[in-house]
Amino acid sequence: MSSPYSDKVIEYFQNPKNVGELEDPDGIAKEGSPACGDMVQLHLKVDEDTQKITDIKFRSYGCASNIATGSIITEMAKGSTIENAKDITWQEAADELGGLPAVKNHCSVLAVDALKEAIRDYEEKHGLVKEKVPTTMEVVKERLKHVMNPIHGLDVIKTNLIEDIEMKDKTIIVQVDLAEDHQFAPVVKEDIKEKLEPRWDIEEVIVKYK
Amino acid sequence: MNKDMVYLDNSAVTRIDEEVLKAMKPYFFDTYAVATSEFAYTMGIEAKDALEEARATIADSLNADTEELIFTSGATESNNLALKGVMYNQKEKGHLIISDIEDFSVLNSAKKLEKQGYEVSYISVDEKGKVNIEELKESVRDDTVLVSIQHANQEIGTVQNIKEIAEYLEDKDILFHTDATHTFKRIPIDTQEVPVDLITISAHTIHGPRGIGALYKRKGVKIEKIMDGGFQEDNLRAGLENIPSAVGFAKAVELITEEENEKIKSLRDTLIEKVEEQIEDVTLNGSREDRSPQNANITFHYVEGESITLHLDMRGFAVSTGSACFSKSLEASHVILGIGGDHERAHGSIRFTFSRYNTKEDVNKIVEAIKDVVENLREISPLGKKGSE
Repeated sequence: MSSPYSDKVIEYFQNPKNVGELEDPDGIAKEGSPACGDMVQLHLKVDEDTQKITDIKFRSYGCASNIATGSIITEMAKGSTIENAKDITWQEAADELGGLPAVKNHCSVLAVDALKEAIRDYEEKHGLVKEKVPTTMEVVKERLKHVMNPIHGLDVIKTNLIEDIEMKDKTIIVQVDLAEDHQFAPVVKEDIKEKLEPRWDIEEVIVKYK
Repeated sequence: MNKDMVYLDNSAVTRIDEEVLKAMKPYFFDTYAVATSEFAYTMGIEAKDALEEARATIADSLNADTEELIFTSGATESNNLALKGVMYNQKEKGHLIISDIEDFSVLNSAKKLEKQGYEVSYISVDEKGKVNIEELKESVRDDTVLVSIQHANQEIGTVQNIKEIAEYLEDKDILFHTDATHTFKRIPIDTQEVPVDLITISAHTIHGPRGIGALYKRKGVKIEKIMDGGFQEDNLRAGLENIPSAVGFAKAVELITEEENEKIKSLRDTLIEKVEEQIEDVTLNGSREDRSPQNANITFHYVEGESITLHLDMRGFAVSTGSACFSKSLEASHVILGIGGDHERAHGSIRFTFSRYNTKEDVNKIVEAIKDVVENLREISPLGKKGSE
């Protein structure tokens, strides 16, 4: 029988490791959304002296790729320094799992993003971000790469869903290539706001439709 | 494949009945000629007789005349022929009405027509999947040519009141087509009682062979041929007649009994009852009362459908889901979204469809399995009660 998943993916899918939450986590992240059909939540604890990840837990709402990647990423990150953990790529996680179906990239990329976000969260909370990076166009685009286009399951930048971005003082106006009554319009709007509103130097995020 | 596999994806396709295959066999090996005119050789005349006998049997099950039935390659072609055939036959590009939750063969035929300059109205459905009849009536225009509303939905099983719609449209002189792929022989349509003009039916959902279906076309209704070639099927559908499959289709029609439909319905009800009783946070998608006998469609909240189907597959059960992850297109079910469900509801929806070969034991087994699978996945999920607070 030809399953699209490797034996290792199936094994992690059936018996995922490090499932759950941590009490008083040092860093947390949530990537994806129920609308996209995939979501990963990560909690981590970091030893302040060694900067090593001492504990890490995940939860997943998603398909087999999503669950398996969530599990493998926690194993890869546990015990490593946050600097090393930041560098873990989707490809490394996929290789560790014996490969993932190409169509499922977006489901598994979420876990890798969640790890990076959880580390960033830890760094921000612990004053490790040396200077506050101002929100530039580059930063906005980078953040929007974490917003999924539910039509394609890839990010909104790659799929050209964002027509225009305008920045005025402390306001960002994002023009989306969707009609207001499109089934995905509210979801995309919510995700964009969620990713941009927490920026320290931004007060308002406006999402405009076609 | 595992012989003990419990197959509950019968709205996708059913297993062929041995009796059907037996009836078809002589038309591959003995009477394999094309259907010829009555002035040709014996084998061709016999083939022609077999084809017409099959046509009569199937037409009779709709209380229709033999000449009102056109054989096609299946439900998809019948739906294409009904929509495009009627619309292309008009002098001016007219108006078409369909519902939001039609099968892709109706939906995408309508979209193709739209691209070609025809106007299409899409009628919404309520939370149970019932077509909003008032909206339908308001959408009717002077140039409305055809309305196509399915008899029962492919995913959630909701049955529409086609008699009411047909009678309304008859008064307005507008043609009415219904896609009865998922109700044919399960819920009867009497064409003498219901003034419907075109009906799509197929053999693949009733233990017949795949690759054959038919379009019922009421006498006097004009359509344009969309498959060009020879003069087969009263010059409305070109191509070599599929006589073995037509014979198999007719046999499949004969084999369905009222008792079988009752049995299937009772399996469906038992499944719904047990799941609702034993598993928390579930939603039955579609109408509880107006539901095709073979269909149960349930959302298991906080978990994703592909994960459920994969776990069930590993335990020997075949079901399908409306989750985006399951499909090649990565799009969530337009039917669940159409009934006002959100994406989470679509992603967690599982369709169980029953057939002749399912038993009470199958239902007991799958309820136990799904209870366990859903519980395990909810342990992992960040959504809902068991997830983060």
